[in-house]
Amino acid sequence: MNTSGEMLPDPFTIPDQETRVSDDTPDEAFRLDRATFDAMVEHASSDFPYEVCGLLGVRPDGSIEHWEIANDERSMTYYRMNGKEQLQAMREIEDNGWDLAIYHSHTHTEAYPSRTDVELAVYPEATYLIVSLQDRDQPEVRGFHILEGEISEVPVHVT
Amino acid sequence: MPVVRIPSVLRKHTDGEPRIETEGATVREVVDALVTRFPELRERLLEDGEIRGFVNVYVDDEDIRYLDGMDTEVAGADEVAIMPAVAGGDR
Repeated sequence: MNTSGEMLPDPFTIPDQETRVSDDTPDEAFRLDRATFDAMVEHASSDFPYEVCGLLGVRPDGSIEHWEIANDERSMTYYRMNGKEQLQAMREIEDNGWDLAIYHSHTHTEAYPSRTDVELAVYPEATYLIVSLQDRDQPEVRGFHILEGEISEVPVHVT
Repeated sequence: MPVVRIPSVLRKHTDGEPRIETEGATVREVVDALVTRFPELRERLLEDGEIRGFVNVYVDDEDIRYLDGMDTEVAGADEVAIMPAVAGGDR
């Protein structure tokens, strides 16, 4: 459900054709090392008040590869990843079998997926991380799975 | 013949295959071959015969929007990547 309590299917879900997958198992925590957390916050601050976005590839040993991706919209309320940079990063993540995390910043709102975030989420296997600079002194990173319009929070442990 | 890279969200419609070898001289022919072989992909990839707006298609590393769109030739290319855009906002 989004914050208004509405179910939003993703663009690849055809109504009446797909059964909703119910998963009652709690989401495992997303482990984020302090250096990557700091780099993400630094990245989010660097282009404030515009939103930033990026990708993380998580190796089996938990170490993280971090890509800052250009926001082709360069907007304070919207982001769209530069396609070529996205392709190159995702190809490396996929070919190496790493886990995928997609992050972007909310410059003025809480670290929770917006209606737009949910409607445009088409990577069901990804952990969606949101960096919020709503409180500039206390930036926050929260994580989520977004599956067929449903949000479930993934605890983020900064190590 | 180029290999088509299938995004994870669509692999349930390609029997789990992440890469599909196809035939075709242009992106349009390659996509037609793909949706003929995997019919569930048709309405997910195409609208009125064109690639849906939020789906990016690359021939090697170039977005077809900056080439010839679906008429972009693929002969000699290594990979046609289908990659949905990543976007969002705070509203």
